[in-house]
Amino acid sequence: MKLKLRLTLVFILIFMYLFALPASAIGTKTGAGPTNYTYNFSFWGEEVAMPDAYYVSASITGHDFGIGNFNSPHGLYIRDNRIYICDTGNNRIVLIEYNDTNGTYEFIKEVGSVIINGEPSPLNAPHDIFEHRTGEIFIADTENNRVLRLDSDFNYINSILKPNDASFEDNLDFFPSKLVVDHSNRIFVQARHVNKGLMEYSLDGVFTGYMGASPVQVNIFDYFWKMIATERQREQMTLFVPTEYNNVALDHEGFVYATLSTFTGPPENADPIRRLNAVGTDILIRNGLFGFAAPFGDWYWSSSGAFSGPSRFADVVVFENDGYVCLDRRRGRLFSYDFQGNLLYVFGGVGNAEGRFLDAVALDRMGTSLFVLDNRTGAITRFDLTAYGQYINDAMNYYFIGLYNESAVLWDEVLRLNGNYDLAFIGKGRAALRNENYREAMSFYEAKYDQENYGKAFSLYRKQWIEEHIAAIIIGLVSLYVFTKILGIILKIRKRRKGKTS
Amino acid sequence: MIAALKQKSTYTTLGGQLKYSLYCMFHPADGFWCLTRENRASVASANILLLIYVIVEILKYNVTSFQFVFKHPEYYNALFTVLSVVLPIFLWSIANWGFTTLFNGKGKLSDIYVATIYAFTPHILLNAIGIVISRVITYDEGQLYRTMLTIALIWSVMLALVAMMQIHDYTLLKAVSTSIVAILGIGFILFLFLLFFSLISDAIMYFISLYNEIVFRFY
Repeated sequence: MKLKLRLTLVFILIFMYLFALPASAIGTKTGAGPTNYTYNFSFWGEEVAMPDAYYVSASITGHDFGIGNFNSPHGLYIRDNRIYICDTGNNRIVLIEYNDTNGTYEFIKEVGSVIINGEPSPLNAPHDIFEHRTGEIFIADTENNRVLRLDSDFNYINSILKPNDASFEDNLDFFPSKLVVDHSNRIFVQARHVNKGLMEYSLDGVFTGYMGASPVQVNIFDYFWKMIATERQREQMTLFVPTEYNNVALDHEGFVYATLSTFTGPPENADPIRRLNAVGTDILIRNGLFGFAAPFGDWYWSSSGAFSGPSRFADVVVFENDGYVCLDRRRGRLFSYDFQGNLLYVFGGVGNAEGRFLDAVALDRMGTSLFVLDNRTGAITRFDLTAYGQYINDAMNYYFIGLYNESAVLWDEVLRLNGNYDLAFIGKGRAALRNENYREAMSFYEAKYDQENYGKAFSLYRKQWIEEHIAAIIIGLVSLYVFTKILGIILKIRKRRKGKTS
Repeated sequence: MIAALKQKSTYTTLGGQLKYSLYCMFHPADGFWCLTRENRASVASANILLLIYVIVEILKYNVTSFQFVFKHPEYYNALFTVLSVVLPIFLWSIANWGFTTLFNGKGKLSDIYVATIYAFTPHILLNAIGIVISRVITYDEGQLYRTMLTIALIWSVMLALVAMMQIHDYTLLKAVSTSIVAILGIGFILFLFLLFFSLISDAIMYFISLYNEIVFRFY
């Protein structure tokens, strides 16, 4: 009876434990709201804080140059040391040059109008500017429904207008908002309300077609309802249209990167960041290590409050090692990815403090320094790499060109500053694998749950182990066989003897 | 040795009863019919098998190569693993017994318990083998491991069905239908538990708040 009572008690205790468990097991995941720190996501999908990879080194406003503050600027473009700002609200382009030697910013010129056929033609809310490799400048003069092609001194060459083409609806105005010119002199324009992809023009302004329309995503249930709906019901339903891009950027190889922010549904299905090749196919590598391989910003978000929903990328900038940084307009965060799609670090946020933005709209880089344009404050914030960020960046550069050992040295430095950095372990494992230290590589991969690479290292280690111990294995097997045979014979003899005696 | 396994008369001691689980794996109809009717297995041997099952499950999470099984070290709780094995078997036995007694089932509660655990022998065995295999195969060869575990599960579920047929002297159709009802019954039992605990906690909260009200009023 007593035992039974005790057992019941134990059972009840176990039950209580079971019910108490979820509270501690769920843990705390990140919610919404700006964070003031640099972070990354671990294998378990948890937000992990880390040292700052970028720090704010300068803040630039129009006031600094005595030309009045920028009024809701939308475009930022940097080539070499030249910083172009589309001061949309003041209808002008401002050119600033950074002086390397003394670290100052010098005002070069502001352009409010161009001379066309001897008559000045003022700009009207320009949204983007691009300097071509040849030095020619392209301005998306949005409210004037044109793209201006200028030479390097802002002298008018020709303009790109609304295409006289059946594929472009007559009643739709041409509002070019973002543009790039690739290495083979094709102009790609993202125009407002155009969802057929990027509009492609030749340099002399001839419309040649659309490029890289995002495929229409149809929900199977929506499709089903649409199938059984009547004609009039169908008219009321939302149309399945491709989502339009909101920004474009060019990498050093001449590939076009495009961002997209008007998707509905989970962002991992929307591919909000794309690398388009010449025919408009998305060729971005989505080969990230853990869980969510595709780069799409934050992994968790709340669905209510001021900052709800997934990250909405507004701009992207690509480095020489094919790594890229995306700007999340919604939360003012910068997401840095490597060329495989691994998240390196996230920083920034919404706020009035240094390194925060009220409405970050544009992003560009000068070397490895990042410049972020804030639409609301009209200020440009410059970020520079910290020593920690520099190590990561250099390690990535070496990894990109295949120098795993050199990158492993830098990963060591990274680990000295941040022992939680998963990619450093993986990078060291990669170097160890290359150096045929399979055992070491396995331990690195195991530490960070990289199953696939662990498998590779393990299969090599297994092969090596068998090759080293082949003699012992064969001797062991043969002796086992002989032993069992002898044992069998002995048993047989014994049995026979037993049979004889009985 | 295999010849000895085939003779049912060898299964009289506790060790023999445990060995009988191997016989049931390959001769389910015959094996489960005699399981309790001829005392080939007892609650004691079933308890030992259950203990082995629990140990194998715990080892599975701790010894299997991380290429195949993940365990979040921060949140891992061996007690939870124990419960995840023991609780379903207990609930299943109770729910199944509850329904089959109403539908002409011949089995007692202990019969159902013993037969269920014996039916899970392949699952225990193949899981144990899987732990060893996982240490020598790589991620790319993981299909072998996963296929083995899937086979183990299917095999065990089929054995459990046959066991229910034989224990209760049912046709296959009746065994399947009562099993489905029993699974629904498990859900019902869990629901009652949840209701019970939430009501209890509400009641306790009521008295706590009552106490607080009184304390605040008179201080």
